[in-house]
Amino acid sequence: MPINQFLILSAFLFCTGVYGVLARRNGVLVLMSVELMLNAVNINLIAFSAYGRDVAGQVFALFIITIAAAEVGVGLAIVLLIYRNLHSPDLDQIDQLRG
Amino acid sequence: MLAQNVAFWIVAVVMAVAALGVVRTKNVVHAALFLVVVLAGAAAQYILIAAEFVAWVQVLIYIGAVIILFLFGIMLTRAPMQAQGDLDNDQRGPAAIVALGLLAVLIVLLVDAFGAKEIRLTGDLLEVGRTGAVGDSIFRQFVVPFEVVSMLLLAALVGAVAIARRD
Repeated sequence: MPINQFLILSAFLFCTGVYGVLARRNGVLVLMSVELMLNAVNINLIAFSAYGRDVAGQVFALFIITIAAAEVGVGLAIVLLIYRNLHSPDLDQIDQLRG
Repeated sequence: MLAQNVAFWIVAVVMAVAALGVVRTKNVVHAALFLVVVLAGAAAQYILIAAEFVAWVQVLIYIGAVIILFLFGIMLTRAPMQAQGDLDNDQRGPAAIVALGLLAVLIVLLVDAFGAKEIRLTGDLLEVGRTGAVGDSIFRQFVVPFEVVSMLLLAALVGAVAIARRD
């Protein structure tokens, strides 16, 4: 099984996530795109773990899943706070620091 | 072609379409449901290369917990359940250029670096993904990072509660 097909699938998912982070304005959707990118990294780690017959890649993937859960928790709390203060989850409206 | 290759490409195409759905749909709830398809597809790919423990953790944590968090987030920010026109900002063009450029660079690089490399699907692959092997590795070689990451998770969740509570 060529390792490249996993890496290219992962690259595609990562780039989709990059597009989503740049083009979405809803805070929840931006967090979903970040999840896509983290998931792409996990696919890479698992593929290399199978390629090199080294279990460390799978342990790293588990760590990334944990970090992603923490990131979603804090991120959604921040989006919720933005919604409560601005009455909209729209990230383009956060321009209070603009001169 | 191997049966695993056929299964890989079927799942990969479904994942790619669903990933585009996450970033293109006009309905916030549909985006969360498309994300479920992508994450389940990733779990299927892990099963294909015998990483069974990570696959089930993926199903439990991502599909079970993270998606529920997202749905709560959608509910609490009172996103409308029907399609909305204004989910994208005005930099869709530049974003597409950046993403496609990055994809082109990555594909050229990956084909150049790993073009002929194969994952050997032999019996010893099963030993790598065994739950016992993963557990051994976590609690011997990676026990300090494991403790650090559990403290980080605790701190992050306490922080999330502290940020989001009303006072």
